[in-house]
Amino acid sequence: MSLRNIGIVYRKELTEALRDRRTLITTFLVPLLMIPILSAGFTGVMSAVIGNAKKEKPRVMVIGGADSPAVVEGLSKYPKIKIVPTAPDWKNQIIEKDIRAAVEIPGGFQENIGKGQAGAVKIYIYGGELKSALAAENIESYLKEYRDGIVTERLEANHLPAVLLKPFEVKQQNVAPPEKVAGAVLGGIIAYLVIFMCLNGGMHPAIDLTAGEKERGTMETILSSPVSRTHLVLGKFLLVLTASLITAALLMVSMGVSFTLLQKSHALDQMAEEGEPPPQLTLGLSAVASVFIMAVPLAVLFSAGLITISLFAKSYKEAQSYISPLMFLVVIPAVAAMLPGVDLTPKLAIVPLLNVSLLCKELVTGEYHWNYIVLIFASTCVYAGAALYLAVKMFQRESVLFRS
Amino acid sequence: MIEALNLSKRFQDKKRGEVRAVDDVSFTCRPGEIYGLLGANGAGKTTTLRMLATILEPTDGTARLCGHDIVEHPEKVRANCGFLSTATALYPRLTAQEMVEYFGKLNGLDSMTLKKRIDDIFERLDMNEFRDRRCDKLSTGMKQKTSIARTLVHDPPVMIFDEPTLGLDIMTARTIIEFIRECRDRGKTVIFSTHVMREVEKLCDIVGIIDGGKMLAEGTLEQLRQRHGENDLEEIFVKIVTPHHKAQEMA
Repeated sequence: MSLRNIGIVYRKELTEALRDRRTLITTFLVPLLMIPILSAGFTGVMSAVIGNAKKEKPRVMVIGGADSPAVVEGLSKYPKIKIVPTAPDWKNQIIEKDIRAAVEIPGGFQENIGKGQAGAVKIYIYGGELKSALAAENIESYLKEYRDGIVTERLEANHLPAVLLKPFEVKQQNVAPPEKVAGAVLGGIIAYLVIFMCLNGGMHPAIDLTAGEKERGTMETILSSPVSRTHLVLGKFLLVLTASLITAALLMVSMGVSFTLLQKSHALDQMAEEGEPPPQLTLGLSAVASVFIMAVPLAVLFSAGLITISLFAKSYKEAQSYISPLMFLVVIPAVAAMLPGVDLTPKLAIVPLLNVSLLCKELVTGEYHWNYIVLIFASTCVYAGAALYLAVKMFQRESVLFRS
Repeated sequence: MIEALNLSKRFQDKKRGEVRAVDDVSFTCRPGEIYGLLGANGAGKTTTLRMLATILEPTDGTARLCGHDIVEHPEKVRANCGFLSTATALYPRLTAQEMVEYFGKLNGLDSMTLKKRIDDIFERLDMNEFRDRRCDKLSTGMKQKTSIARTLVHDPPVMIFDEPTLGLDIMTARTIIEFIRECRDRGKTVIFSTHVMREVEKLCDIVGIIDGGKMLAEGTLEQLRQRHGENDLEEIFVKIVTPHHKAQEMA
């Protein structure tokens, strides 16, 4: 094994890669810009949508209630909704989104309450529609106020204290530090993005250095030099690995920076419920570092796999068509890991990709299960080693190098 | 010195089954001689030369270059030969100098020797003007010169040329022919393949006529002329190849 020769090949491939616009874009520009654009776009749209929905005074129709003027008047004075005149086609108007909801007061509602009989108010909504749900929420909050008023009156009339109905209060309070909250929210998506970027960053160089060489006719040139094929493929592999890791690292950096900025800009405040703190996006440095370390054997696996596959192809385009299905294959376990309830078990810990995704989810929340970490790191190294061995073997095969 | 000993190469082809691209070929080329491998397209010239350059491995038989066996010590063989074909392109994103340097380094030259060698070759081939220009910006002639510099950088005793003038314009082709002759005059062992009769007549000391993977005739031009009673190489070639074709069709 001559490190000198591998180094010569690596340096030459690096020189060429740095002069290749496509490599520069996929390795540097995409990871640096993707997260800011995605997160700015996402939060921008989300806060715009939610903000608008909250700002809008939902138009609500009252059905019936002629004999219950107190409720109707209360509703029309309630600032969070706007009562519009009743029309017979109210159902259609909800579907057409002319009004957001309708509230039905049954006949004799007020009278029945006075008599101490139970009554029921119905709210009609457009199921699954955010603005309609907000309208219903507002109607309900008024009706609750109204109901609480009646309850208080009744208690007072009977000289009973208010605690009779509410012997105690229930309140939730978060004690987890902000980065853990962020980890629980973001763990899955971060693992997914890192895995995707490792693959995406290595894809173009892997194709360029194998199928691209065949297409440009330099494969025969380099094979006629005294460098051994093993050294040649290892030099190429190292370059693909470098690109893959740089892409993943830049993604993490850009994610850290843009999330911190997003937090500081209070763009997320609107997404929070009233009275609650906005969602946390701050990630701990150690969480980011540990995810990156787990990504290293994964990047080895991807780089070797990408080289093996694209080596079969005769041209850049052919290689691309082999690799696109691979993208889907890789995305499936990464998405599976994002699902709530999918947690690490000893069996899942040896499933490639899924194990790393699940572990990253834990690492981001600051949990370190060392037995899993060792098992997953080791198993990924084994897969990576096997893939690299395969890549080296493939590079020795004439039927692959000179496929026609 | 090149000695091919019963060199054979078989491929598995999905449609045609087993293909004998090169079938039991033996020949010898000596230093200071140009050996011309003459044959039609698909005769087995490229496969033979690729095996000599250790880009392909023979299925049977072997060859020795400067005493090194092509199967056992392919790296030593490659260190002792320069291989040039129309398929050996240049790295488009490297400059002419970087291209030659890369191959010098892969041949284990230290930086002092490499610098001296490159300066010398670039001067000799009149390449200094486009030294730092990227290979994808070079004209065909400049590319050929860079390829020549690439094969010469480690000063190999054996040169292998696979249809080196294919698709080149007259002036560039002349540069190559001139270069091949110069290699012989410097005492190198030269083998080259072509289907152009004129090139053989102009250059070759010994001619091997190959068809269907088999070596059908071998000798100096004079010997071939006498043996077949023809003066024109093309007529000789047709005389040799036609019966072989017919026999193959019968089989």
